[in-house]
Amino acid sequence: MKLFDNKIEFGGYLSACVVLLLILPAMNAFFPEGSSMHFSSFQLSLWGKYITYAVMAMSLNLLWGYTGLLCLCQSLFFALGAYAFGMYLMLHVGVDSVYNTALPDFMDFQGYTALPWYWAPFENGAFAIAATLLVPGVLAFVFGFLAFRSRIKGVYFSILTQALTYAASLFFFKNNLDLFGNNFILFGGNNGLTDFKEIFGYDVNAASTQRWIFVMSAILMLVVYLVISWLLRTKFGKVQQAIRDSENRVRFSGYSTTTYKMLIFVGTSMVAGIAGAFYVPQVGGINANEMSPAKSLDVVVWVALGGRGTKFGPIIGAIVVNIIKSFTTRMYPDYWLIILGAIFMLVVLFMPNGLVGLPKQLAPVWARIRGNSSTSAIAAS
Amino acid sequence: MKKALLLFSFVWTVLAGAVETVEIRTLLEDLALERIDDQEATLQELADSGDEYVTAFVDAWRVGEIREYQQAGTELFLVQEVSGKYIRVSTGETIDISSEVYESLDKNRAPRKLRRLLTRVTDTIGLASKNVNTRVEAALKLGASQRAEYLPELQRRFENEKNAKAKRAFEEAIMISLLANAETSEELIGAVIRLGELHSIRAKDKILAIVASAGESGDEALQVAAQKASDMISDHEELLKHAGSFFRGLSTGSVLLMVSFGLAITFGLMGIINMAHGEFIAIGGYTCYVVQGYFSNWFGESSPAFQWFFWVSLPVSFAVAGGIGFVLEKGFFRFLYKRPLESLLATWGLSMVMRQAFRLKFGAANVQVANPDLLLGNFEYAGISMSYARLFAIAFAGFVCVLTWLLLTKTNLGLYIRAVMQNRNMASSLGIPVKRVNSMTFAFGCGLAAMAGAVLTQIGNVGPTMGQAYIVDSFMVVVVGGVGNLLGAGISAMGIGVFDQFLQPLFGPVMGKIIVLGMIILFLQWKPGGIFPTKSRSMDD
Repeated sequence: MKLFDNKIEFGGYLSACVVLLLILPAMNAFFPEGSSMHFSSFQLSLWGKYITYAVMAMSLNLLWGYTGLLCLCQSLFFALGAYAFGMYLMLHVGVDSVYNTALPDFMDFQGYTALPWYWAPFENGAFAIAATLLVPGVLAFVFGFLAFRSRIKGVYFSILTQALTYAASLFFFKNNLDLFGNNFILFGGNNGLTDFKEIFGYDVNAASTQRWIFVMSAILMLVVYLVISWLLRTKFGKVQQAIRDSENRVRFSGYSTTTYKMLIFVGTSMVAGIAGAFYVPQVGGINANEMSPAKSLDVVVWVALGGRGTKFGPIIGAIVVNIIKSFTTRMYPDYWLIILGAIFMLVVLFMPNGLVGLPKQLAPVWARIRGNSSTSAIAAS
Repeated sequence: MKKALLLFSFVWTVLAGAVETVEIRTLLEDLALERIDDQEATLQELADSGDEYVTAFVDAWRVGEIREYQQAGTELFLVQEVSGKYIRVSTGETIDISSEVYESLDKNRAPRKLRRLLTRVTDTIGLASKNVNTRVEAALKLGASQRAEYLPELQRRFENEKNAKAKRAFEEAIMISLLANAETSEELIGAVIRLGELHSIRAKDKILAIVASAGESGDEALQVAAQKASDMISDHEELLKHAGSFFRGLSTGSVLLMVSFGLAITFGLMGIINMAHGEFIAIGGYTCYVVQGYFSNWFGESSPAFQWFFWVSLPVSFAVAGGIGFVLEKGFFRFLYKRPLESLLATWGLSMVMRQAFRLKFGAANVQVANPDLLLGNFEYAGISMSYARLFAIAFAGFVCVLTWLLLTKTNLGLYIRAVMQNRNMASSLGIPVKRVNSMTFAFGCGLAAMAGAVLTQIGNVGPTMGQAYIVDSFMVVVVGGVGNLLGAGISAMGIGVFDQFLQPLFGPVMGKIIVLGMIILFLQWKPGGIFPTKSRSMDD
């Protein structure tokens, strides 16, 4: 089965493989610091972060661009995956010097002497990895079951997912939870989980470990890309796109659209969860800010800017917006939100197909400039 | 005739009050200068007067801040220093003397034998005050002290008291005092039972102590009675707590209602999800802040005119936000009609820009908006205290409901709005100016949000992100109420507000929010279109 639309895409994919899997890690590993060919570890983990964001954007694109479900809880799934893996890392920080216990500092600080039952299993790496998939997956299943069963769609679905994200972020911002007279310690509150030491026995901050995590994130992104390409060509993918275009016709044709939407919702939530798990060791922490409703909307703008409903758009969008963000927050911190807001507005009003669709959109303009009297090309607006 | 009588009685009361004060002042001077024989009887009389000046005088007298003054050829009289001026005690006139002269005058101090009596007079004088609240406070304070010497005084006042509220307070004070001073065990049990019947929250700790001590000493009758009384008080406390939650829920719901009306209208009419709606709340709050600044520049903060800033800023915030909304509709929102998903993103961008603009202009911290005197304090009814600010929020939401209802049903614009909501194309072809209707309606919705923001300045914080706290909730309100349905929006706003406040004390604010969200999702299982779903034959509505 052909996975790529044309030769250009195939060539692009191959060169991405070479650059991400060979050239960048090699530049980081084999050239000494200060050499003009050196790619610093800081840059490497920064790009690793962009790649995990890109995977989250791809998962949202599958939902929004190809199934028509504008989900505002993708960052929640991402953060849940990140928390699940972060908990594993948090439980392997070793004995700290202040409290002389193996517990995370925020538990020592609150006078806990033993791990609570819902923290304990995360000491096991395999369990933590399973949880990065299952926690978002189960939440998506329960929520999706309730939402799709009562045929909540369009903006209603968006509003409810946003409220879900809001509620969850409130929950994760808390240090403790008092419920029915019992006190539960949560997940680090405002500061979240940070100060990791080792990952599966290796030093998490070592350059070589970071390099391997980067390579694995890149593999994740490339695999997800292939899976999406494959999915779109299967019958499942066709039905999914048909749901986006006219759900009622699909339902009248005898397909259970609810099942399709459920499957895709749960699947994308798991992808976002894994992306979150790769995010944590590269950034060195996770806190509840990452799951705020605002972050979810940020993901949407990455997809919209890159071009929704295109395979390559979300990757471009995530990387471009985050590069602009790194630059602006360093140079003009006061104006970053205004710039981001302007991107939101301009993309929606003037670039319905995003950056990827821009050449096609501008084609008639070009044609007019060059004096061609072509009238057949119409801006895809 | 009635008016004349009223006027007469008013003048008489004022004059009588003035006369009394002068008489009391003379009496005080005579007392201090030992011109009266029976000082104790005079003191009692003074205590019964309840005059505030007596306390002030006695306090000064005891520490020697009253001086004797005699000019050549005049009689001896007393002078007291009151905020830098020298006042003749018996008349209240200002005496023109320098501070050196004043310092050289002889001190007149209360005689030793009177001091005990004086303490009692100043302690109990509040019981005779003309102000009911002062009487209540004084009585409860004396009761809480549980000192036996005040009991007869309290008893006497209790029997003569006419006002029901004060009478109840006197009784409560007596019973609390009896808890420590009862002579027989029947009297003690009687006091305990009566306190239970009075739902005296103040006595709860003392009664619980009695439960414990009676348990130790094996006094079963007393223990049973005290336990019952404390249970009664606890039940009452619980009731008050629920009533308080209900009240707070109503006021939160009122704010939500004003916010969600605007949202419901813009969503129903134009198919726009306006994520920037919350920022119009902030515009209202900041307008209040700016108006307050102007008022304090023009009139000064202590002048009575300053009090008006809040009432002026209500219509001003409506106008400001309405104007901004009108311009934004023409220049921005117009392009998003009937594209709800895209509008959600674009307006979120607008919301970010506006929030950052507030931050750059007014700073990231919350700004302070004063409460006008009228909205300060609490209104108490049956033990439930309701702040005037929250009562005002509820009343104002009622006013907004009526205003919106009148607009929608009694004006041409309202007729047009309903027509456009039902069928845009048909309305347009019948000659209804759809574009203008859109702009006006959008401006109205923004104005409502801003007024909600102005009201919020009285019960919440004003900051750049104040709108964000309400926007998720108000979207919930719109979804639950049924899109574009104002009655539904009103009911669900109140419902969500009250539920939220009920759950908060039980589970804490965060779990409360999460439970409300869960309930909303379950509610939508039952009624996917909200309380009042839009009826339509179109498949995709």
